Amino acid sequence: MAERQIKVTTEVGLHARPAAVFVQTAAESEDEVGLTKDGRRVNAKSILAVLGLDVRNGDEISVDSFDETIVDRLTALVSQAPEGGS
Amino acid sequence: MTVTDIANVTGVGVSPGVGAGPVRAMAAAVPEPPAGQPLDGDPAEAKRRAAEAFAAVGADLDARAAAAAARDRAEAGEVLAAQAMMARDPSLAEVAGQRIDGGLAAPRAVHEAFGTFRELLAKAGGYMAARVTDLDDIRDRVLAVLTGAPMPGVPVADEPFVLVARDLAPADTALIDPAKVVAFVTAEGGPTSHTAILARTMGIPAVVAAPAALDLPDGTRVLVDGATGVITVDPDEDAVRRATQAADALAEAVSAAKGPGRTADRKRVPLLANIGGPADVEGALAHGAEGVGLFRTEFLFLDSAEAPTFEQQVATYRKVLSSFGDGRVVVRTLDAGADKPLAFLPTGEEPNPALGERALRMMRHHPDMLDTQLRALAEAARGLSADLWVMAPMVADGDDAAFFVDAARAAGLTEEAAKVGVMVEIPAAALRARDFAGGVDFFSIGTNDLAQYAFAADRQLGALARFQDPWQPALLDLIHATAEAANRAGKSCGVCGEAAADPALACVLVGLGVSSLSMSAPSLPMVRAVLAAHTVSQCVRAADAARRGTSADTARELARAALPGLSALGL
Repeated sequence: MAERQIKVTTEVGLHARPAAVFVQTAAESEDEVGLTKDGRRVNAKSILAVLGLDVRNGDEISVDSFDETIVDRLTALVSQAPEGGS
Repeated sequence: MTVTDIANVTGVGVSPGVGAGPVRAMAAAVPEPPAGQPLDGDPAEAKRRAAEAFAAVGADLDARAAAAAARDRAEAGEVLAAQAMMARDPSLAEVAGQRIDGGLAAPRAVHEAFGTFRELLAKAGGYMAARVTDLDDIRDRVLAVLTGAPMPGVPVADEPFVLVARDLAPADTALIDPAKVVAFVTAEGGPTSHTAILARTMGIPAVVAAPAALDLPDGTRVLVDGATGVITVDPDEDAVRRATQAADALAEAVSAAKGPGRTADRKRVPLLANIGGPADVEGALAHGAEGVGLFRTEFLFLDSAEAPTFEQQVATYRKVLSSFGDGRVVVRTLDAGADKPLAFLPTGEEPNPALGERALRMMRHHPDMLDTQLRALAEAARGLSADLWVMAPMVADGDDAAFFVDAARAAGLTEEAAKVGVMVEIPAAALRARDFAGGVDFFSIGTNDLAQYAFAADRQLGALARFQDPWQPALLDLIHATAEAANRAGKSCGVCGEAAADPALACVLVGLGVSSLSMSAPSLPMVRAVLAAHTVSQCVRAADAARRGTSADTARELARAALPGLSALGL
């Protein structure tokens, strides 16, 4: 089981398109993937649950799964430098 | 009942042109399944039906997303793709399954599953709360599949049709295929409602505030005249042909009118476009806009979790400013608050949002945000040939005007860099415009809000649409007072409300002393053609005639009688 604490550095946090990309990526894993903020853990494959956490820039979150690759990929998504355009 | 038994319907014409075809109504809202609706049968079967409904709606939204993207409507496509993801959300099926196990019927279980997430998003506020509408739309679609109710939203048909609806939401209109919809008719809405503005932007004839249209059975053939507001039921072929020919003749005259806006006696009247961002620039240029008369900057701020940075603003403004050569670009500073809330700037609950701390009033509490926007504008214009004009929304008196002019000058918008002016959309400002005309560079009259405030009538309410009629003599008086104050002080006075898009009224506005007209880009060619057919003195006579009217209808009739070029163009 891999669990990683992450400080969100992407500009809009997990809203709108970044949230969709995050959930789509999580859904690619066969294993269960969890997202936790302020002690509330939700299914990272659920767009509504992820949006409901209202993750913003600067928030501390953690991602957990038995699938270590997916934990790495999701970590990269929320801690990368903001990109313009697509 | 045969269709010939049904009387013709009249509403308010808001987008000129004619369209003929069968009526297709937007399905009514899907009713909420009753609380406690008990499960009737096997829970596994109910869960399977719910899962199928979620999947079917997800697939349908995916197909719509692909269709929107294929029609170059990337933004609409993205919204739909996000909705498809929500429909397929495993948590929804999970919660619905728990409720079915708890003894609820599938529709009620699905309704409650959406309810749990609805509450979660609504509580998060801002951007999240705005997604609640998307979620409700998905819920209604899933329930429609599950209960066999008609699918809400824009109907799908092979043959072009007349779309009849109570009102159209942005989510509905994003999906409209202009090749399939020949006209819009709505029961609610006024000339400045979302439907009206969208119809003009898409160039589709539209009639609003026509509640009787909801009684027209699906398939009824109608002829919709978006200029007069008349919907003819079961028109004969001759009538359709005559109306179509007249519309075609007008279209031809309009396409023949080219070049900058001017009257028949060659007085220049710059014809400008209202835009919401860089995406609208291409359309504005295609319709011959000489510049921008209203650049709404809200899009940079709304739907955003953080305030846009100085650099982001500079880049966006520069994109617009560099598109019009040395043409005029009038930028309106942030008009947010109350009904257009900002995620990063929460406001208190206000009982009357339209009368609350919005626009400039809000910026007076957040001078840093205003300063950043003004400095970004100054920086964006640096080194460009564009003629930058900057104005504040919701200015009530001389104190507001002076506050804004001082803020702009302090932010580097010097007299060489930009003209600094104010919007006149509050009756108090219109009545006493002379008090502060000397202290500003220009006025721009926002007729939509000015009418709303003058008549104490919410512009979104269809039942009060007649007060949004820009031909109301009281509104013309307020425009006259403002233009006169500007002219006496040697300042220019534009109109940037939808009033300028009515060709006859455009002439009247010029007659009242207005010096430039700004509107949705598709309205520009017709206004250009009609203006070029009249002299300034004809415009002045039409303005005088209109102000002798005692109602919007008489004002319109009296003005039309003084504008001979209208009938020559078949208007």
